Amino acid sequence: MKRDRLIGAMLLVVALSAISGLALITVFIFREGVPIILRVGAGQFFLSTDWEPSLGHFGILSMLGGSLAVTLGAAVIGVVFSLGLAIVLTQFAPPGLAAALKPAIELLAGIPSVVYGFVGVVTLVPLIRHFLGGPGLSVLAASIVLGIMILPTITSVAIDALQAVPRSYAEGSVALGATRWQTVTMVLLRAARSGIVAAVILGMGRAIGETMAVIMVAGNALALPHSPLDPVRTLTSNIALEMGYASGDHRQALFATGVTLFVIITMLNTAALAVSRRRAGRRRV
Amino acid sequence: MTCSCTPYFHDAYAPKFGDGPLIALARQDEHLSRPAASLPPSDPPTGGVYGSLILMANTRFAFRALGVALAAVLICAGCGKASGRSVSLLGSTSIQPFAEVLAEQYTKKNPGHFVEVQGGGSTAGLQAAASGLADIGMCSRALTAEEAHQFTPILIARDGLAVVVNSKNSVASLSIEQLRALFAGRVMNWKDVGGKDGPVRPITREEGSGTRESFVRLVMGKERISRRALTQESNGSVKELVKGDPAAIGYMSLGLVGEELAAVTVEGAQPTVKNVLTGRYTLVRPLLFVSKGAVSPAAQRFVDFVLSSEGQRLLETEGLVRAR
Repeated sequence: MKRDRLIGAMLLVVALSAISGLALITVFIFREGVPIILRVGAGQFFLSTDWEPSLGHFGILSMLGGSLAVTLGAAVIGVVFSLGLAIVLTQFAPPGLAAALKPAIELLAGIPSVVYGFVGVVTLVPLIRHFLGGPGLSVLAASIVLGIMILPTITSVAIDALQAVPRSYAEGSVALGATRWQTVTMVLLRAARSGIVAAVILGMGRAIGETMAVIMVAGNALALPHSPLDPVRTLTSNIALEMGYASGDHRQALFATGVTLFVIITMLNTAALAVSRRRAGRRRV
Repeated sequence: MTCSCTPYFHDAYAPKFGDGPLIALARQDEHLSRPAASLPPSDPPTGGVYGSLILMANTRFAFRALGVALAAVLICAGCGKASGRSVSLLGSTSIQPFAEVLAEQYTKKNPGHFVEVQGGGSTAGLQAAASGLADIGMCSRALTAEEAHQFTPILIARDGLAVVVNSKNSVASLSIEQLRALFAGRVMNWKDVGGKDGPVRPITREEGSGTRESFVRLVMGKERISRRALTQESNGSVKELVKGDPAAIGYMSLGLVGEELAAVTVEGAQPTVKNVLTGRYTLVRPLLFVSKGAVSPAAQRFVDFVLSSEGQRLLETEGLVRAR
């Protein structure tokens, strides 16, 4: 009994130390980043496209736009393929095939992002440049690469959401004479809707935080994109590109970029949590 | 109709309704083997935030931080085992490969001596020299007036900045004025500078790179590089892009141009080592060792080696231009 309590206490310490790491990171980046936002002025910092650290101009609108464009593009591509996969794997594929495919998709998550970036630069970018024009390094290239990278996240969460739909729903639908496809689109997808929304939001959170692959395929230009073929710089790539050299205000401005990213990702995760909580709550009623 | 033939629910386990996605998230993080996996699975949203943060900060930046930390440890270890016989260098990634070659030759000739070379960038090199983290900082651009007061620079070599275009590009000669217009985004078609009709895609380096700062000082003057310019983080990726894109124009160290790119003639002078030496080719930047005040005897010995005819010859065979 005493030993149980001891082990319990030890585990608590371990758990708390992991969370205190998060707390430390939070305090640190906010302490480093917030002062410069206040000094430059929040309006100037968030709404100006003029980023020229050597002249003391810190406006991150281009990067915000870049992150947004790339993340939305990735979400569109990710959702189409992930939902398709989730539906096929839970509803249509024979169990043997599903058992083989699911781990294969999860394996995608284990590939280092630099490998995705490299494959993107070597194969995807020249294809886009050749067939669609522009520099090749573009919103489109980054969206495709990120869309593949977030496939495993969205697919596994969506699979769990679909499998969690009570069996009676599908049975009822089939009993009423609906085809399998009608059952999927009209019953299962609707019943699992909030879980799928949570999956998409989580995928977007991953996409907006990805760095290495994006640096390699997005082109990192500082202008707001006008078409999917334009190069963009995201918030994360801006930090990674310039952190090694930055000092003084420039360094603080990069931390402020990190603060912005932190807030966006926290909002996305909170939204995902709220959506799945709401679903759980409805279930209990 | 029986349900046994429809594979709606072939999974043996019945997941609880509410926590399906949450389980999946925790599992995802395990696959990524990121630190998020160490968080208790009962709190996955925190894991998500934490994981994303790690994602944000990982890769190059983390590696650099790790490198600097490692450098500090190594330097200290070096001091401990052979005080007075070890030298530490930190700074520009453009000088780093050359410094490594020099260090290798130096330690071969002087057994028992140690030279530690670390990258980090020109600015980091200056900071390291100021704080005493390294004996010598490496800087691949001219010092600003303010920095010149603070540091003692030693010119170890010079490096031509080559302007490179795709080998299919017919433009072979440009003036400084034309270069400025191309990189500022004022000239957006190659036919305006004597080439074929087609868009111009300038490729630049990231803010803070010594190569970029030298290019801005030598070519751009008061003008700014276009915001639409593609930004790449290394000479290698600039090279890769220019090689594949007929519309591209970029700049890089002369020694790195190679066979696959075309380096343009600037103001009538071809970018060759000889033209840099005679001063006809004007896009030249200094490669500096900097220190704060006098260096230690061990560091001085290494600097003497670098400036000796043997050291300079070594730098020349690596593609640089000798200091004098």
